[in-house]
Amino acid sequence: MLQVSLYRYNPETDDAPYMQDFSVDTEGRDLMVLDVLELIKAEHDGSVTYRRSCREGVCGSDGLNINGKNGLACISPLSESVKNNKLVIRPLPGLPVIRDLVVDMSLFYAQYEKVQPYLQNATPAPAIERLQSPEERAQLDGLYECILCACCSTSCPSFWWNPDRFIGPAGLLQAYRFLADSRDTATEERLAKLDDPFSVFRCHGIQNCVNVCPKGLNPTKAIGHIRGMLLSRAT
Amino acid sequence: MVTSVTSFSRTGLSDWLIQRITSVILLAYFVFVAYQLGASVDYTSWKDLFDQTWVKVFTLLAALSLAAHSWIGLWSVFTDYLTERLLGPVGNVLRLLCQLGASLALVVYVIWVVVIVWS
Ligand code: SF4
Ligand code: SF4
Ligand code: FES
Repeated sequence: MLQVSLYRYNPETDDAPYMQDFSVDTEGRDLMVLDVLELIKAEHDGSVTYRRSCREGVCGSDGLNINGKNGLACISPLSESVKNNKLVIRPLPGLPVIRDLVVDMSLFYAQYEKVQPYLQNATPAPAIERLQSPEERAQLDGLYECILCACCSTSCPSFWWNPDRFIGPAGLLQAYRFLADSRDTATEERLAKLDDPFSVFRCHGIQNCVNVCPKGLNPTKAIGHIRGMLLSRAT
Repeated sequence: MVTSVTSFSRTGLSDWLIQRITSVILLAYFVFVAYQLGASVDYTSWKDLFDQTWVKVFTLLAALSLAAHSWIGLWSVFTDYLTERLLGPVGNVLRLLCQLGASLALVVYVIWVVVIVWS
């Protein structure tokens, strides 16, 4: 039997959060962590609350802290997550808990909104589409794949301490995604907004973000590129 | 609320650049001092050494670098941990007090270095 410890908190009935233990029969299968949550919800306690949708690492809704490391429950196999037959599941750290494993992502989205994550181009639109060479398109690889699961930003100490001022790895990865886009003409305006001591420069390069990204992306590298662009803009 | 008013240069890029440049200067100075320590540590040789203008200027530069470098570093630490978000309203007061204390100490240190080296 797998020993599972779940973070529980219902603000309407609980004074404080607590951990609840479950013994789950996995029948020896190497399930995904999300399967275990579904088992608990179906067979042990129907009030256990979490977000999920696609169950295949695409929607980004089930980012959780699994045995101390952020990741997507649906693509985290027990064989890689469980230590000593124990599975501890908590909500993503640093964001307010709404209930059990569900966190309030408002701060995260507010930072995302700040980087204006959409193409801006002042020139008249061509009849069909704005063209890119294969090389220009390749600049966006490793950037556009982000699913905004927040695993990275909620593992970043700088984001924990200043979630209202530091954009965080997820937002900065998207900031660079549009800075690197050959079709975007708002580069100068975008950079001007990032040159304060908090938005970008609170990143101290600890790389927690790189370590947890379930899509294998590298926000630290993107942040380095933004820093480089700010530097060449200033000199 | 945490703002940038008390940061060293108000822009993230300059703070970051200054942090890098001052660390190079400090490294060079410490290597220089370590080398001199290895060579000789008696009174006359040190007096001769620090009588040279370039050593005085280098020392002053190192002191200023240390002050700037520390301020940028401490400012980051204070604005990370001594905030309203973490400690409630008392965080703002505490942060301001620490910033005052740290800036005062750094100014005193720089003046002290000037007095020692140029007198
Ligand atoms: S960069 Fe990775 S960890 Fe961060 S939000 Fe995007 S997919 Fe999630
Ligand atoms: S590298 Fe930067 S953005 Fe990534 S976790 Fe560290 S401080 Fe945060
Ligand atoms: S449920 Fe969609 S990413 Fe896990």
